[in-house]
Amino acid sequence: MKEVVQGIPLNYYLALSTVLFSIGVLGVLFRRNAIIILMCVELMLNSVNLLLVAFSAFHGDAKAQVFVFFIMIVAAAEVAVGLALMVLIYRNIKSLDIDFLNKLKW
Amino acid sequence: MKEIAWLLPALPLAGFIINGLGRKYIPKTLAGIIGSATVLGAFIIGIMLFMQVHETQQGQVLNYYRWLSVGSLVVDLGLYVDQLSAWMILIITGIGFLIHVYSMGYMSHDEGHNKFFAYLNLFVFFMLVLVMGSNYPMMFIGWEGVGLCSYLLIGFWNTNTNYNNAAKKAFVMNRIGDLGFLLGMFMIYYNFGSLDYNTVFAKVAGFEINSPVLVAIALLLFVGAMGKSAQLPLYTWLPDAMAGPTPVSALIHAATMVTAGIYMIVRSNIIYTLAPHAQDVVMVVGLATSIFAAVIGLKQNDIKKVLAYSTVSQLGLMFMALGVGAYSSAMFHVTTHAFFKALLFLGSGSVIHAMGGEQDMRFMGGLKKKLPITFITFLLGTLAICGIPPLSGFFSKDEILLNAFMASPVIWSLAVISSLITTIYMLRLLFVTFYGKFRGTHEQEHHLHESPASMTIPLVILCILAVFGGLLNVPEIFGGNAWAHHYFSGMIISTGEEHGHHVSHATEFILMGVMLTLIAAAFVVLRNKYITKGAVPEKDEEMTGFTKLIGNKFMVDEIYDFFIVKPAYLMSSALYYVAELKFIDLIVNAIGDGIVGLGRIFRRLQTGNIGFYIFTMVLSIVAILVFKYFVV
Amino acid sequence: MDYTTIILLAIPLLSIPLLYLLPRAFAKHVALTSSLASAAFLLYVFYELFTICNCKTFQFTFNEVWVKSLGINFHLSMDGISMLMLLLTNLAVPLIILSSYNSPQGNTRGLFGLILLMQASLLGVFMAADSFLFYLFYELALVPVFFIILNWGGENKGRINLKFFIYTLAGSLLMLVAIIFLYLQTGDSATFNIRSFYTLSLTANQQGLVFWGFMLAFAVKIPLFPFHTWQPATYTVAPTQGTMLLSGLMLKMALYGIFRFVIPITPLAVEQWGSTIMVLAVIGVVYGAWIAIAQNNIKTLFAYSSLSHVGLIAAGMFTLTTQGLQGGLFQMVAHGFNAVGLFMVADILGRRLGTYELNKMGGIARQAPKFAILFFIILLGAVALPLTNGFVGEFLLLLGIFSYSKVMAGIAGLTIILGAVYMLNTYQKSMFGEANETTANFKDLTVTEMLVLVPIAAIILGAGIFPELFMKLTELPVETMLTKLSAGAVK
Repeated sequence: MKEVVQGIPLNYYLALSTVLFSIGVLGVLFRRNAIIILMCVELMLNSVNLLLVAFSAFHGDAKAQVFVFFIMIVAAAEVAVGLALMVLIYRNIKSLDIDFLNKLKW
Repeated sequence: MKEIAWLLPALPLAGFIINGLGRKYIPKTLAGIIGSATVLGAFIIGIMLFMQVHETQQGQVLNYYRWLSVGSLVVDLGLYVDQLSAWMILIITGIGFLIHVYSMGYMSHDEGHNKFFAYLNLFVFFMLVLVMGSNYPMMFIGWEGVGLCSYLLIGFWNTNTNYNNAAKKAFVMNRIGDLGFLLGMFMIYYNFGSLDYNTVFAKVAGFEINSPVLVAIALLLFVGAMGKSAQLPLYTWLPDAMAGPTPVSALIHAATMVTAGIYMIVRSNIIYTLAPHAQDVVMVVGLATSIFAAVIGLKQNDIKKVLAYSTVSQLGLMFMALGVGAYSSAMFHVTTHAFFKALLFLGSGSVIHAMGGEQDMRFMGGLKKKLPITFITFLLGTLAICGIPPLSGFFSKDEILLNAFMASPVIWSLAVISSLITTIYMLRLLFVTFYGKFRGTHEQEHHLHESPASMTIPLVILCILAVFGGLLNVPEIFGGNAWAHHYFSGMIISTGEEHGHHVSHATEFILMGVMLTLIAAAFVVLRNKYITKGAVPEKDEEMTGFTKLIGNKFMVDEIYDFFIVKPAYLMSSALYYVAELKFIDLIVNAIGDGIVGLGRIFRRLQTGNIGFYIFTMVLSIVAILVFKYFVV
Repeated sequence: MDYTTIILLAIPLLSIPLLYLLPRAFAKHVALTSSLASAAFLLYVFYELFTICNCKTFQFTFNEVWVKSLGINFHLSMDGISMLMLLLTNLAVPLIILSSYNSPQGNTRGLFGLILLMQASLLGVFMAADSFLFYLFYELALVPVFFIILNWGGENKGRINLKFFIYTLAGSLLMLVAIIFLYLQTGDSATFNIRSFYTLSLTANQQGLVFWGFMLAFAVKIPLFPFHTWQPATYTVAPTQGTMLLSGLMLKMALYGIFRFVIPITPLAVEQWGSTIMVLAVIGVVYGAWIAIAQNNIKTLFAYSSLSHVGLIAAGMFTLTTQGLQGGLFQMVAHGFNAVGLFMVADILGRRLGTYELNKMGGIARQAPKFAILFFIILLGAVALPLTNGFVGEFLLLLGIFSYSKVMAGIAGLTIILGAVYMLNTYQKSMFGEANETTANFKDLTVTEMLVLVPIAAIILGAGIFPELFMKLTELPVETMLTKLSAGAVK
C-alpha cells in the first residue's frame, strides 16, 4: 500500500488537495443551497484527509492516519446532525436557500 | 502617693457607673448622695495629695499601665501630681462637691435626676484626668471627655431643639479647637519624640527663644485653648451653653472646664515663655476677648447670659495674664473666679428656681427681701467680681493689672476698661434683679420663696470662699507673703516679668486707686440710674443703633451662620448633587453606557446572512495567512 | 502539617450543607452556632499565637501542592496581622448573623448560607500565603454579596448591584494581571507564593505597573476617591446584612492587600506614587465627610462617613510610618465593628419606622433609652472620642500622616470636626426632640438586638481603653516590614 501511495509524487497530492479544498471553499461561498454547502464542507474535510494520508505515507508516520479516522467520525456525526437540521428547516420554511435563513441576528 | 492617687479619678468614675447603670432603680436621694460622696471622697484624697505636694514642693509621675506603644510613641496611663495639678484638683473636687450638693436641691423635681448625677460625676472624672494626666494624650482624653460631658449636660433637656443645637454647637466648636490641640501634640511628638510632660519640657529648654517650632506648637495648643476656654473667635458656644441646667453652668461653664485652656498653658508654660511671639498672640486674643465679651454683657437681659459673657470676659483677662507671663496670677484668678462665678451662677440658679424658670431680669426686681440668703451671697459675689477690696476678686484682678502694667501701660489701660465694664454690667445685673419693684406676674410673686438648704448652704460656703479667697495670695504691700505665688514658683519657668523689674509701692497704690475710683464712679452712676430712678432695661424692640448691635451680640452668630455654616451645608449639597452625581458618577456610568453603546453599533454586523458570515470568515483566514507569510 | 487554618476554613463551609439538611426553622441557629464555634476556635488559636507571641513569623502553616504544573499551592498561614483580620471577621460574623434574626429574611436558608460562604472567603483571603489562592478567595467573596443584594435588596437593586459587581470585578482583573506578571517573574521556581514575590528584584517601571494593577483593584474595593461611586448606592440599597458585610469586612480585604502586596512588593513605586494615593485618600476623607453632612437618608449618610474613614486608613498606611501602618491596621478593625454597629442602628431605625429618612425621625431617646445609650457609644467610636477604639486609630493615623506631610494632616484632621457635625446631627435628628407620629410607638431594643449592640459597645470601649493588646499583634510584622523597606532603600 505504501508503495502504491508513494508511486505518485507528493506534489500531485498537494495539488489535488488544494484544488479539492478550493472547490469546497468556493462552493461554500457561492452556492445558496444548504445541502450543497454541507457537501462542500465535506469536500474540504476530505481534501484535508487526503493530505494527511499522503503525508503519513511519505513520512512513514501513522499518527496522521489516526487523525483521519477522527475527522471521518466527526464528519459523519456532523452530517447526521446537519442533515437533520436541514430537514427541520425545510419543513418549516419550505426552502433550503440560506438567504432566507437570516432570523438569527441582533 | 501612688496607692491613693488613682482613687481620685476612680471615685467619680465609680459614681458615674453606679448612677448610670442603676438610674432606674436607685432612689433620687441616694443617687444624689452617691454622686456627692464620691466627689467628696476625691476632695479628701485631693487634700492629702496637696499636703504632700506642698511639703515636697515637687511633682511626681505615677505610671499605672501602658496605654499605647507604637514605634517610638509611648503613652502611659499615668498621673502627674505636682503643685498645679494638686491645686486644680482641689478646685474641681471642692467646688464640684458643693455643686453636687446644690444640684440635689435644684434638680430634685427633674425626672432625669439620676442621669444628671451620673453625667456630673463623669464630668468630674474627665476633668480630673485632664489635670492629672502625665502626658499630653492623657490631657487630651480628659479634654475631649469634658467636652462630651458638656455636650450631654447642655443638651440635658433633649426634647428642646434649641438646647440640642446649643449642645452640638459647643461640641463642634470645641472640636475645632481640639484639632489645633491634636496638631500641636503631633508637632510636639514630631520634634521631641515624646509626649510626656517631663521629657518634652526638658527638651524644650534647649531651644532658642522664638524658634519657629516652639511658636508653632504654642499657637496650635492655643487654638485648642481658644475652643475650650471660649476665646475669640471660638467663644460663641459658651453663651449658648447656658441652655444646660444652672449647676452645669456653674461647674462646667464657669469654674472648671472652661479654665482647662489656662491650665494647659500654665502646664506648658516653658513652651510659651520661650515663644514670646506666641505669648503676644495669647495676650492680644485674651485682651480682645475680654473687652469684646464685656461690651456684649452690657446689654444682655438674661441673667445667665450676662454671667456667661462675664465668664468669657474674665477668661480673656486670664489669657491676657498668661500672655504677659503672669502664670501664677492667672492661676490665682482662675481660683477666685471659680469661687465667685460659681457662687453667682448658683445664686442665679436660686433666683431662676424661685421665679419658676424665668431668666429675664426685666421681669424680676425687688427680690432682695424675698430671697435674703441668695441676695446677700449674690451681692458679695458681685462685689468680689467687681474687685472691691478686700474680697478675693480684688487681689487676683489687682495682680493681673499690675502685671499688665509692667508689660505695658497700654495693656493695663485696656484691661482697666474691661474691668470697669465688668463692674458696670454686674452692678446693673444686681440692681435690676434684686432692687426696685417686682415686675413679674402675680403667680410668680406668690410662689417666690428662698431655696432649700441643700442649695443655700453651698451658696454660703462659696460666699465665704469668694470673700476670703484673696487671703491665699496677699501681696507684699499689704503685708502678705504672696503664698500662692510662691507655691507655684516651683513649676513655672519665668522670663522674669513676674519677678523682674518691680514697680514701686507708690505706683502700685496709684494703679489700685485709679481702678477703685473708676469702680466707685460706676457705682454711683448706676445706683442713681437703677435704684434711685428705678430704670428698667429697654425692651428688645426699643433698642436702636449701636445698643441694638450690642444687644444682638454684634451679630457674630449670624455672621458665622451666614459665612460658615450655611456655605458648608450648601457646599455639601453641591458636592453631592454636582460633583458626585453629575460628574464622578456620570463618568463611571458613561463608561458602562459607552460599552453598551458600542455593542449596539457592532451588533449591526450580525446580519443573520450565512453567506456573509462565511465570506467574512474566509476573508479573515486569508488575511491571517497573508499577514503571517507576507507581512511579518 | 498544621490543620488549624483548614479547620478555620472548614467550619463555615461545612455548616452550609447542614443548613439545608436541617429544617428551615433551624437555619439561623445553625448559622449562629457555626459562627460562634469559629469565633471560639479562633480565640483559642489567638491565645496560642499570643503565648508564643512570635507574631512576626508565619504560624500554623498548611502547604499542599494544588496545581503542580502552574506552581499553585494550597498554602495558608497567619501572622499577627492576619490574626487581627481573622479576629475582626470571626467576631463580627456572629453579630451579623444575630442581627438578621428578626429581619424579614431571617427565616431563609439562603441568607445564612451566603453569609457563611462570605466568612469562609474572607478567612481564605486573610490566611492565603499563595497569591492565586488570595485572588480566588478575593473574588469568591463577591459572589455571596451579589446574591444577598439581588435577593433582598431595596429599590433599584438590579442596576446598582450590577454596577457594583462589574466595577469591583473589573478592578480585580487588573490585580490578576499583576499577579500573573509577578508569577512570570519568578522564573524557574514558577510559584505564586506571596513571600517569594517579596524577593523579586523588579525595575522601577515594572513596579509601577504592578503597583497600579493592584492599586486600581484595591482603590475600587476600599473605595478610594474617585473610585467610590458604587459604594453609597450599594450600601443604601443592600439589606443591612449585606451592608455590614461590605463595609465592615469586605473592604478590609483591599486594605489588607495593600499591606500584603503593594507595600512590600513595589517599594519603589510606593515611593513614587504613594503621595498620589495619599492625596486621593485625603480628598476622599474630606469629601466623604462633607457630603455626609447634608444627607438625609441615614444609610447613605453612614456610607459617606465610611468613605471618609477608610480614606484616612489608606492615607495613613501609605505614610510608611510605624504609627500610620499600625494605626491603619487597628483602625481597620475598629471601623469594622463601628460600621457593623452603625448599620445595625440604621437597620433598627429603618425596620421600626419604615423609613431611613432622618427628617421623619425624632424623640426616640425618651422612648428607647437602651437604644439611645448604645447608639451613642457607637457614635462616639465613629467620631473618635478618646477612650473609644476610633480615637486610637485616628490618632495614630493622623500622627503618621503628620510626619509625612503637615498640610495633609491638617486637611485630613478636618474629619474630626466634620465627623462630629454629621454624627451629632444624625443623633440629634433621630433621637432628640419631640416624638412625632412616625416615632411615637418606637419600642426599645429586644434581647437579640441587645446581644448585637452590647458586644459592639463593649469592643468599642475595650479596644479604646486597652489598645495595647491589639498593637502587640501588629507590632513585629510592621517593624519587620519597615526594616526591610529601609534596608532596600539603602541598597
